[in-house]
Amino acid sequence: MIYVFDGSFEGLLSAVFDCFERRHTVSRLLEEHYFQGSLFEAPHIVHTSSQKSDRVWKGIAKKMDKDWQRKLYCAFLSEQADMYDTLFKLIHSLFCSEAIFQENYGDALILDTAQTAKKVEREKHRMKAFTRFEKSGDGLFFCAVAPDFNVLPLIIRFFRNRYADQPWLIYDQKRKYGIHYDTHSVQRVEIVPESLSDTRLSTPLILDEKEALYATLWKDYFKSTNIEARNNPKLHVQHVPKRYWRFLTEKQ
Amino acid sequence: MERIREKLQILADAAKYDVSCSSSGSKRKNTNKGIGDASESGICHTYTEDGRCVSLLKILLTNHCIYDCAFCVSRKSNDVKRAAFTVEEVVELTMNFYRRNFIEGLFLSSGIFKNADYTMERLLKIVKKLRTEERYNGYIHLKTIPGASEELINEAGLYVDRMSINLEMPTEEGLKKVAPEKSHEDVKRPLGIIQNKIAQFKEEKKLIKHVPQFVPAGQSTQMVIGATPENDMQIMHTAAAYYKNFSLKRVYYSGYIPIRNDEVLPVVKAPLMRENRLYQTDWLLRFYNFEVGEILNTEHPHLDMDIDPKLTWALRNLHYFPVDINTADFKIILRVPGIGRQSAMKIIQARKFGTLRTEQLRKMGISYNRAQYFIVCADTPLQLGSFQQHQIKSRILATSKSKYEAAFSPQLTLF
Repeated sequence: MIYVFDGSFEGLLSAVFDCFERRHTVSRLLEEHYFQGSLFEAPHIVHTSSQKSDRVWKGIAKKMDKDWQRKLYCAFLSEQADMYDTLFKLIHSLFCSEAIFQENYGDALILDTAQTAKKVEREKHRMKAFTRFEKSGDGLFFCAVAPDFNVLPLIIRFFRNRYADQPWLIYDQKRKYGIHYDTHSVQRVEIVPESLSDTRLSTPLILDEKEALYATLWKDYFKSTNIEARNNPKLHVQHVPKRYWRFLTEKQ
Repeated sequence: MERIREKLQILADAAKYDVSCSSSGSKRKNTNKGIGDASESGICHTYTEDGRCVSLLKILLTNHCIYDCAFCVSRKSNDVKRAAFTVEEVVELTMNFYRRNFIEGLFLSSGIFKNADYTMERLLKIVKKLRTEERYNGYIHLKTIPGASEELINEAGLYVDRMSINLEMPTEEGLKKVAPEKSHEDVKRPLGIIQNKIAQFKEEKKLIKHVPQFVPAGQSTQMVIGATPENDMQIMHTAAAYYKNFSLKRVYYSGYIPIRNDEVLPVVKAPLMRENRLYQTDWLLRFYNFEVGEILNTEHPHLDMDIDPKLTWALRNLHYFPVDINTADFKIILRVPGIGRQSAMKIIQARKFGTLRTEQLRKMGISYNRAQYFIVCADTPLQLGSFQQHQIKSRILATSKSKYEAAFSPQLTLF
């Protein structure tokens, strides 16, 4: 039987719940967006509910340590269709056996999940590094990004702790949502000024009067701190892949 | 505005030969709803075109200097533009860069003007202002000024995350040649003061819960390589001694780049490859339980340039091998060329679930090309006789490609 879910993490966990409750044998878990009807198998549309997903998550917490719980969530944020299916099967198999989870890297599901989670963590780390705020006239520090994976949920805590005394906004152009901090709490925001949603923030809100100065100083610094006798463009691009350049002040 | 741009250009340019850009090792938390929160693993915010990471705003307070050290751009006799930041300028630059997420923190050094204490006082003023007035909790790396008084050094230690002071040359004789006014003793004194203080705070921490942080990310130092004729053995033995005696977190090696012709110094470019091999050796000492004498001794005073130091050691000690991946200790597996710490840990973890085969090892990401001559696993075919040192070396070299290859051949290129 093919399971179709709404693409949310709760949805994925609800799918696991349904599968046990209805004693189905599931051949594949698909996001509704990819589902095109099937010829031979009846689809089951998973109804997402936090009751179901909470129970499954509690069950997972009993069998897996915190590290691996995070790995599941990170792998989910990769948004890869195959990964949803892998996660579904991994969690399913977790509940099929009595034993607690064992970190056996010989198992393809486990290795795949761990490797995908690692990729997502790497992208998360890049967003911590490559986010470049610009200050608007009214004191908001804002920035647009376009990460490979949906990593904004993973960087909230980092930015909230670090920039506790300044309001900021990080907007994901690819996924059309942002996170906004108003010096008290972080909110998810869907509607942002239009200029944030297309290219780099070239002509956005009114900028702080000193903004241009600090952008110039940063570019100057970037140039001055380079040792030309050691130039190594290959290594440079390896560390700062070109797809991030349009967001980096020093590469403008 | 033009003046601040010019100052930044001059003082960033003069500071860039300090290699350290690490921003890791500090757990300083944002406690007072101020600004900044140190990331323990460190973050590289960007990379310059020479491929080096930029995580700190690395600047000198001034490049005016009363000393005339032959290897230094800011030496008194060198004809370069001079500039000096004010305390406020440094604070403002740091805060504005930090707020825009350009940097992890500040790396502050200075040429010595008037005298050591006068300079150190200025540096102290900056870090104090950042921590107390700006409520800044990001990373600060401060250079200790040689000859500064103990009180100033100790007070600075309360505000910064890392302190460092450069050895400059690997040996005292080398240093005397290029910087007659300096000595290694001047470096040892502050290193010792801070080391004792760190230890003292650690002891207090066991008794009292809230002890102020004192240089939480530890100390480091730097040596210039290739300006004076020390060999690799002298360099690494010095490094090992400082790691041991002063509990340093890092020793940095900086290949000498001639900045302007000088009679005392040879005008050749320090090979980046040598720097690389020294760092590899450094890693072996710190993370792979090697003793410096095992890699470099009077019999072998130089590092091989065509193969890495771990492989060199393995080839000299073939009697330790082959190692059985499925039974050997972690420490022994660590010594196999081509297996790093991560892979070694994965191997230990994975072999609990069954004996390991070649294919699995490859998937874990070990460098099988090198490791194969030194290990046996479940499916290793029985081999009669064993390879000689030079056979292994030539086989490995034949199947690998080094980015430094051009440097190995003494043959000049025609075109």
